[in-house]
Amino acid sequence: MLLETWLVQLKHWMVNLFPAGWQPGVGSLVSVTVILGVFATLFAVATLLERKGLGRIQNRPGPNRVGPWGLFQPVADGIKMLTKEDIVPLTADQVVHFLAPIVLLAPVTLAFAVIPFGRKLVPIDLDAGLLFFFAVGSAAEVAAFMAGWSSHNKYSLLGAMRAIAQMISFELPLVISTMAVIMMSGSLSLVEIVRAQDGGVFGLIPRWHVLTPWGLAGFLIFFTAALAESNRSPFDLPEGESEIIGGFMTEYSGFKYALFFMGEYFGMFAVSGLATTLFLGGWHAPLPFLDRTLVPSFVWFFGKLLLLLFVFIWLRGTLPRLRVDQLMNFSWKFLLPLALINLLVVALWRFTASWPLAGRWALCLVALAAPFVALGAALMRHRHWKPRHYRYAR
Amino acid sequence: MKSAFIVLVLVILTSAAAAVWLRKLVHAALCLTATFAGLAALYLQLGAEFVGFAQILIYVGAVAMLVIFAILLTRNAGMTPEVRWSKHSGIIGTAIGLLVLGCLLISLSASNGIRLIAANTPEPTINVQRMGEQLMTRCVLPLEVLGLLLTAAMIGAVILAMPEKHGEGLDSDGRKIDEL
Amino acid sequence: MLGGGIIKGLIETARNFLGSYHDPARFVTVQYPEQSRVHPENNRNFPFLVFDGDDPAKGLRCVACKICEKECPPQCIYIVPERDERGRPRKHPAIFDIDVSVCMSCQICVEVCPFDAIKMDQVFELSGPDRFGRLLLHKQDLAKPNDYYRAIHPSEAVAVDAQLAAERALLEAKAKTNVAPKAGGMPPAGTPAQPKYSIT
Repeated sequence: MLLETWLVQLKHWMVNLFPAGWQPGVGSLVSVTVILGVFATLFAVATLLERKGLGRIQNRPGPNRVGPWGLFQPVADGIKMLTKEDIVPLTADQVVHFLAPIVLLAPVTLAFAVIPFGRKLVPIDLDAGLLFFFAVGSAAEVAAFMAGWSSHNKYSLLGAMRAIAQMISFELPLVISTMAVIMMSGSLSLVEIVRAQDGGVFGLIPRWHVLTPWGLAGFLIFFTAALAESNRSPFDLPEGESEIIGGFMTEYSGFKYALFFMGEYFGMFAVSGLATTLFLGGWHAPLPFLDRTLVPSFVWFFGKLLLLLFVFIWLRGTLPRLRVDQLMNFSWKFLLPLALINLLVVALWRFTASWPLAGRWALCLVALAAPFVALGAALMRHRHWKPRHYRYAR
Repeated sequence: MKSAFIVLVLVILTSAAAAVWLRKLVHAALCLTATFAGLAALYLQLGAEFVGFAQILIYVGAVAMLVIFAILLTRNAGMTPEVRWSKHSGIIGTAIGLLVLGCLLISLSASNGIRLIAANTPEPTINVQRMGEQLMTRCVLPLEVLGLLLTAAMIGAVILAMPEKHGEGLDSDGRKIDEL
Repeated sequence: MLGGGIIKGLIETARNFLGSYHDPARFVTVQYPEQSRVHPENNRNFPFLVFDGDDPAKGLRCVACKICEKECPPQCIYIVPERDERGRPRKHPAIFDIDVSVCMSCQICVEVCPFDAIKMDQVFELSGPDRFGRLLLHKQDLAKPNDYYRAIHPSEAVAVDAQLAAERALLEAKAKTNVAPKAGGMPPAGTPAQPKYSIT
């Protein structure tokens, strides 16, 4: 049990060193420090993982110069970022330009507050935790706009407009796919949602939401929308370095650029953590009987988180970037209807609880697959596979 | 608690005043966003979690973006607008302000919230679950009507934004653009 | 099937990811400072001056005729001929500078040289801390022996050597037979000042 609770006990011990009036404040401070420390480390690990992984996917070894196997590459990157000159364009709106990275990073960091990292590691158990997550996430749009507009650069503004349009479009499928989980677990609290996925059949098959037809569909929709929300490839149009240089980050350099970079990664962690909590059983072990072993629960949580991060990187190494019109069509004509249909399927699953399992599965799978195929066929029908004509590049 | 309230109110009033007085439209919109966020913090401080989060999600996330889009898509975005004062604009503005204040005061004094506070009744415990149940049972008709109204508004917006019929889906050379 | 292409792509990248760990032959890159690619023979980068024999100061083939200086499109060559005490130019450069920060490796100097004195090099590792001094190459930096030329451009060097030997033989034969020489030292009138070989 000590392995499981040492962090909590450490916190209690530290808090008890202070007088009673200070204890709530000190407790929050300790939690915040731990969360920031863990995720800053994870940020360093993730950048290395991304560069190494992308390298391997492209048959390269990736960074391998700094330290053994290039393990200290994040340190070198950090020093480089911190020592670079911070350039603010002369015509930029100085105040807004300065505030934008802060407005991006602060709410994204707040989002970690409601995610249950382990059995005992819940920063805040809010009654409306899920709503809190999406509420703070919506500040990213304001930050993107502030960065893009204040830079006084047409590429920045284009990037900001793309970012806002994309975030608004994909927020709908994202929220609606989580509503399926809310309907089944009957709570907005993330701790309750993890508790709803407790236990398992014969102690072997876990009762995770992803292992139900609606959960699988919801997870796929959620993950696709999350890719777009965190501006990751193949939905990285707001950055689009081959089209609009760097999007709303074009005019940022040095530490402020690093903050944007960090904001993007923190967003990725937060949304992966939410996906883990909602669909992949949170801190529960992949096999239910492993929950009672000595392995602490947060190990499982971060294992799943890293796995999702790897899928993010894998997809980035595989898929090319979409066009703006394709992106909008995909969100509004394909993902959103499927998410709505998934809500109906959840209701179906809920009201057929007394049915035999096979019949339930078959019904729900058909109810999901039929619109998937029909929508896909309808959207692909007018497609003409002809050689493309380029007007200016012969 | 009281000091937090005072700080929040100061933030809200300052940003609201800045939203009115700042010359650049985008700055005014950003200050308005700050006001929305401050109001959300006020709700949270009063213990209304759900309303506070919904306020952030809808006002900061959506309404502020709508305002900003509207500013950027009109001409002279980010420029200082030419202010054309007419002789009566001060009087009209004051009249509108007073009208709004009057409406708010009448509806506030008519609501039974004030009476409950005056009667010193214990505050009801509101959680998200009960709120959801109320929305789905007692308030289901207003909810549905609101939904219908918003859908109608959205369809109207789509029809307004629809492109002209001729040359639809063609690029400037007259070739058909391949869609998704 | 809808979405099948994505899965196909994911499988392909996963195969790359795993394959690159156990099969080094998959790597498309080389670890540059330690390893280097084998460059093709006709690879060229920046000119150098060929000298015969052992002494770069004496053996330079360059006669300071300044044709290359005139022809050079970016004008990166600067030549001052050596002069004797009466001020007449000797057939040897006193200064021969090439600014490789300006040179574009167009090879025109090589094409116009009638004496096969300037040839294309293959160097590219010229980075240094000094932007101006390090990249302004002087006569002693540029002079490289004929053996070096044979080593970097073998087939081309053989042709040039054969041509030069033939010219020398012809000149010697003429000097023996011809009683009335026109002017000493000048190449025979029949020698064209145009490329004797070409890089394709």
